[in-house]
Amino acid sequence: MNVLVLAGGLSYERDVSLRSGRRVTDALLGAGVEAEMRDADVSLLPSLSADPPEAVFIAMHGAEGEDGSLRGVLELCDVPYVGADARASRLAWDKPSAKAVLREAGISTPDWVALPHDRFSELGAIAVLDRIVRRLGLPLMVKPAQGGSGLGATVVKDASELPAAMVGCFAYDQTALIERYAEGVDIAVSILDTGDGPVTLPPVEIVPSNGIYDYAARYTAGLTTWHSPARLSPSVTSDVLKVALAAHEALGLRDLSRVDLIVTPDGDCTVLEVNVSPGLTETSLLPMAIQAAGLDLGEVLAQIVRRAAVRV
Amino acid sequence: MTGGTTLDDYTDRYAHRVSGMTASEIRALFAVANRPEVVSLAGGMPYISALPLDTVGSMIGELVASQGASALQYGLGQGMPELRERICELMADVGIDVGMGASPDDVVVTVGGQQALDLVARLFLDPGDVVLAEGPTYVGALGVFQAAQAQVVHVPMDEDGLIPAALSDALLEQQRLGKRVKFLYTIPTYQNPAGVTLTDSRREQVLDICERAGLLVIEDDPYGRLSFDGEAPLPLRARRREGVFYLSTFSKTFAPGLRVGWILAPHAVRDKLVMTTEANILCPSNFAQSVITAYLSTMPWREQLKAYQQIYAERRDAMLSALADLMPDGMSWTHPKGGLFVWATLPDGLDAKDMVPRAIAGRVAYVPGNGFYADGTGRQNMRLNFSYPTPERIREGVRRLAGVIEQEAAMRAVFNGEL
Repeated sequence: MNVLVLAGGLSYERDVSLRSGRRVTDALLGAGVEAEMRDADVSLLPSLSADPPEAVFIAMHGAEGEDGSLRGVLELCDVPYVGADARASRLAWDKPSAKAVLREAGISTPDWVALPHDRFSELGAIAVLDRIVRRLGLPLMVKPAQGGSGLGATVVKDASELPAAMVGCFAYDQTALIERYAEGVDIAVSILDTGDGPVTLPPVEIVPSNGIYDYAARYTAGLTTWHSPARLSPSVTSDVLKVALAAHEALGLRDLSRVDLIVTPDGDCTVLEVNVSPGLTETSLLPMAIQAAGLDLGEVLAQIVRRAAVRV
Repeated sequence: MTGGTTLDDYTDRYAHRVSGMTASEIRALFAVANRPEVVSLAGGMPYISALPLDTVGSMIGELVASQGASALQYGLGQGMPELRERICELMADVGIDVGMGASPDDVVVTVGGQQALDLVARLFLDPGDVVLAEGPTYVGALGVFQAAQAQVVHVPMDEDGLIPAALSDALLEQQRLGKRVKFLYTIPTYQNPAGVTLTDSRREQVLDICERAGLLVIEDDPYGRLSFDGEAPLPLRARRREGVFYLSTFSKTFAPGLRVGWILAPHAVRDKLVMTTEANILCPSNFAQSVITAYLSTMPWREQLKAYQQIYAERRDAMLSALADLMPDGMSWTHPKGGLFVWATLPDGLDAKDMVPRAIAGRVAYVPGNGFYADGTGRQNMRLNFSYPTPERIREGVRRLAGVIEQEAAMRAVFNGEL
């Protein structure tokens, strides 16, 4: 079979995407799957028409890879692809919408407020921020409503830091998600469905050396220690996996996803976000989890791709 | 993996100077700048398409056919004698001639201007030494000096270049602090990134100050031949036989892909430079040197230089007129008479580094100013390149940038409680 790996794009995460794409392509080739990587640009659709692949693997992060739009275009072209469909992808990509769905499904997620920058200019930023702090308390996490890789995200410990954090966030997106900061252990749970329903992989615990899992900590080998499986008790591990699976299902995802959550000091799990196009770089969490499960990345990706290829 | 993994087994073994090397979100954002949808004013690339590439290709083919056995062989650490002679002819054009003590024996060919800087750093800098440099200065020089664990102290500039009084003050201050200042690193002509040029009178003042203080001057002159409005002032080295090392390159006048530059240094230092370069790279590429020698000998390179000057002058004009027409109040910028760059200053309260993602979303790229300072200042500034994009793209890029700046200013005003 032949697979087209889409990577690059115009999002802020182009560089990460290119690294993911190369890793996916190499892993698929290693597993005996004919795979070719290319950017999503004006030559994509003519190429899909002229030489349709049996499946597309979307290794694109950021809006193009995750907001559902590219997936919608692939559906228009009748080209099967790996991962959540356009509708579910759009839902998971927009963090406030996803959080609402999760909460509706009884899954814990930090309290939040999501506001576009227009509301701040119309109503007066200082007054609105004051209300937000009063409602959510401190510390807070400010991040773009749509985005990834920790870009534009800031932990705010003091209210005086909030305006600068908002400006930083609005450089990346029109809408900001401000949520109560969840203190605890950072955990990522990857979920795979190779044909027998979604299953969770061993949870990965993230311990950034400077305490913050920002862009540098994510993509500089050596700045973060990852424990896989996470150093959690069996009962907490069980809870974590259940919550992650519930989040994947509540959002209607398929094939693969990654659920980022916090285990609080009391052992409770609260979901931060769910990724429909998880990173696949050398320092990404899904490949780590696959390795911890004793699986081979190429074989796993090949199974998922084959499954996608026969999807109608 | 019970003890966890950092995915880097060498974490505990790196040299201290490597500790600051981390993934940068700004660098990642620039990954998008290569896409044609983005107007990149961020690069520093010459417009190589202006070269007669077919003719250059034929020249290289003939070179390999006729001199391949030597051109593809190892060479001398100091560089090819024929090229060093041609380099001296080039320097004589700008007053650095035999009368000023310039001899092919004292030229060391390097792998671009960058290796010339690296050699100077290896030769002169111990950890903790101070280097004085214009603020802002060339980011590649900062990287070299920082790798040598030297401290860079910036000396401010204005539209006339380095401010002599500020240089005197900086020297006094470093003396007061008991610091050992090793040299002044300066790009006096069409400076990168500021685009300004040190005036004739200031050149003499700066040289006098350095002479009195016994301070070595490292003159970096990659852009001196890219003049648009008359000739550039004579280089510092054309004014003093002693105390000035002259660094230049073929990267801006011919082709950066060949990676050939040079240093003109005093005789005694020359030998140490050669030994250092031999330990470092063995020898510069014989092939690249042969290509440049052939180019200078057989092709109308002076005409080509004029072509570059005309193209860049047109693009400089396009950028300056677009800035004047489109930029919001409170924005200012330099007016370069040569080189590749304009240095722009944002309205008060704006931060060029923080604004990068908004610019990328607006499909325009620039280099935020903080990268050109060792101390992280310069966040209100940005470097804009005009050599590579066409005049039409430059105007479109400036139009987009103006919109980005207006959005950012509006956003800042909202969160500063001004609205």
